[in-house]
Amino acid sequence: MTDPYGTPTGDPEDLAIVGRHLTKAYGLDGRAATKALAAADPAAAVAAAGGFLGAHDVSFEVRKGEMFVIMGLSGSGKSTLLRMINRLNVPTSGELLIGGEDIVTASKARLRELRNQKIGMVFQHFSLFPHRSVRDNAAYGLKVRGLPRSERYERADAALARVGLSGKGDKFPHELSGGMRQRVGLARALAVDPPILLMDEPFSALDPLIRRDMQDLLAGLQAEDRRTTVFVTHDLNEAMRIGDQIMVMRDGKVVQVGAGVDIVARPADSYVSEFVSDVDRARVLTARDLLRPALLSLDVAEPPDVALSKLADNEANGAFVTGADDRLLGVVTDTNLHGAINARHRDLSGVVTDDYHVVEPDAIVGDFMQHSGRHLVPITVVDAQGRLAGVVPRAAILSALSNVREVAHA
Amino acid sequence: MPDMKIGERGEELINYMRDHFGGFFDLIQGAMTDLLRLTYEVLSALQPTVMIGIFVALALLVTRKLGLTAVLGIGLLVIESMGLWFETMQSMATVLVATAVALIVGIPVGIWAAFSPVVRAIVTPLLDFMQTIPVFVYLLPTVLFFGIGPVPGVIATIVFAAPPAVRLTQLGIRQVDAETVEAATAFGASPWEVLREVQLPLARATIMAGVNQVIMLALSMVVVAGLVGGGGLGSIVVNAVQSLQIGASIEGGLAVVILAMYLDRVSAALGGQGRGMPSWWPKRRSTTGVEIAHTEQKELVAA
Repeated sequence: MTDPYGTPTGDPEDLAIVGRHLTKAYGLDGRAATKALAAADPAAAVAAAGGFLGAHDVSFEVRKGEMFVIMGLSGSGKSTLLRMINRLNVPTSGELLIGGEDIVTASKARLRELRNQKIGMVFQHFSLFPHRSVRDNAAYGLKVRGLPRSERYERADAALARVGLSGKGDKFPHELSGGMRQRVGLARALAVDPPILLMDEPFSALDPLIRRDMQDLLAGLQAEDRRTTVFVTHDLNEAMRIGDQIMVMRDGKVVQVGAGVDIVARPADSYVSEFVSDVDRARVLTARDLLRPALLSLDVAEPPDVALSKLADNEANGAFVTGADDRLLGVVTDTNLHGAINARHRDLSGVVTDDYHVVEPDAIVGDFMQHSGRHLVPITVVDAQGRLAGVVPRAAILSALSNVREVAHA
Repeated sequence: MPDMKIGERGEELINYMRDHFGGFFDLIQGAMTDLLRLTYEVLSALQPTVMIGIFVALALLVTRKLGLTAVLGIGLLVIESMGLWFETMQSMATVLVATAVALIVGIPVGIWAAFSPVVRAIVTPLLDFMQTIPVFVYLLPTVLFFGIGPVPGVIATIVFAAPPAVRLTQLGIRQVDAETVEAATAFGASPWEVLREVQLPLARATIMAGVNQVIMLALSMVVVAGLVGGGGLGSIVVNAVQSLQIGASIEGGLAVVILAMYLDRVSAALGGQGRGMPSWWPKRRSTTGVEIAHTEQKELVAA
């Protein structure tokens, strides 16, 4: 097997950011760093030389339009890595490609151009310019670009409107609340309309309700723009809420990369499972993740007595009834079937009931789990064409919510 | 410890410099004399009462405080009534020229020191040296270089008054929140743009505190400059003390105090410490932008 991250796995055209073997040793000069990194235990060698290994041999790929979340505890190297993408942090070694161009070796002029045109950034503590109005803050990237004032202000006002700050352009940052300030921070990044957006724990300084508002705002913007975004957070629930791909880091190394559900369902090691134990799994898992095949489904044309004996063979009290094209029509119970036999029905159409709960495959477990166990049949999953996709038994929900390891080995 | 003849060598060095760089010193002397004369001529071009009116209007404009302006105006009238107006203007010219030169040199050096640890390592002990060496020690060599008159006084004043400009400029720039600087950099600003658009504006209050200190230190040198023929209030006080004219020395001293008060309050208000604040300045008085940024961060962390 080849290095899983070292070589591009997707279509190179499709990749917005590629990091390869990125390493950052703080506090050491070039030669000392090279020597320490060649040691058997680089982290210990760098520490012994008086430095700190911020990131070690990190490789990753971000696809265009993707929300890529870097997650980890403080000191895990996530901000170090984020700041390499616009070279606020210069990697000690490794390469970082933005649209195929290595930003590590770019000239100073080219670097400024890339930062100004291609990469927007939102900061943890907002980092607005306190001596500039909200409008001038939002217009800053355009000012650096050298646009005339009228155009700058027009685009800044448009960006402010997108983040819900219309009419606040003449205010100063100190006149705004924390949430509104970060909206300005977001507008400042959006005003330059960069293909790549970097967000460094942008909502962690906000209180939980505002944080949720901001996550919704970001999700809304993201749905419109499909902008390549790298988002750093230490909050796994936030990562799950907004991330397409999540990269978990620890001590400067990548521990796991995958979609949120994969990470919750199949944590790579005890560090990740510790991390995900905090996650409200009911909000993350979907019906698809817990889907089981329906054991018994009956054709609507079947005679009731045949159906009842199938129920008996399967030790079931009820069964799904499907019609033409496998479309789900409803549910029959043993009592219904008994009545149908006595009433001499030829098929099941007269006794089908809607005594069941239907969800789509993408439904969040937390949204439907309260309906589980209320009906004779389990929660029923139906695809977009109305066909029976499977069921989510109550035991599967309880098992998924009770313990990470059981899910991992399910 | 052998006698290294430090004194002798120093004297030799000074003599050597006087012999070989005389032309250079003459050039400086000429330029300084012209600058001082020009400044004095501007300050004394109009009638004292008219000038007092202008000074009072300026104080009102900058401080926006009626009471303070009234006190400063009365002070200036007292100077005029003591017949010391033109001497006061001479001293003010000395202070203004010395301050201007100290700032023109000090602020760029401070900026440089803020960015370069090497420069900082060189400049810091030099500033300590400039501030602690007794003024009279270098007053004498400056007289040797520039002759008796107002110029050696101005040069000694510059040496004595420049350090706060360097120190506070450096401090102000280094105090600017690193993430705010990072934000400007992240949007593609060049180091020069970051300095001009973010670091200097945010360091403004601290730098202006340095300017205020430079002015006050320059004023404190006025009397010392009188010893080497600096003219102005310094000469009044020195002559009065030498001839035991207690009354005249009191008058000269009072004029220095009034001048100091005027320059201090007006320059402090320019730095945003009074009420002459720019529109973006937060309403809370006596709080600098840096402090605001810090409290913001603390609030955030607490939240």
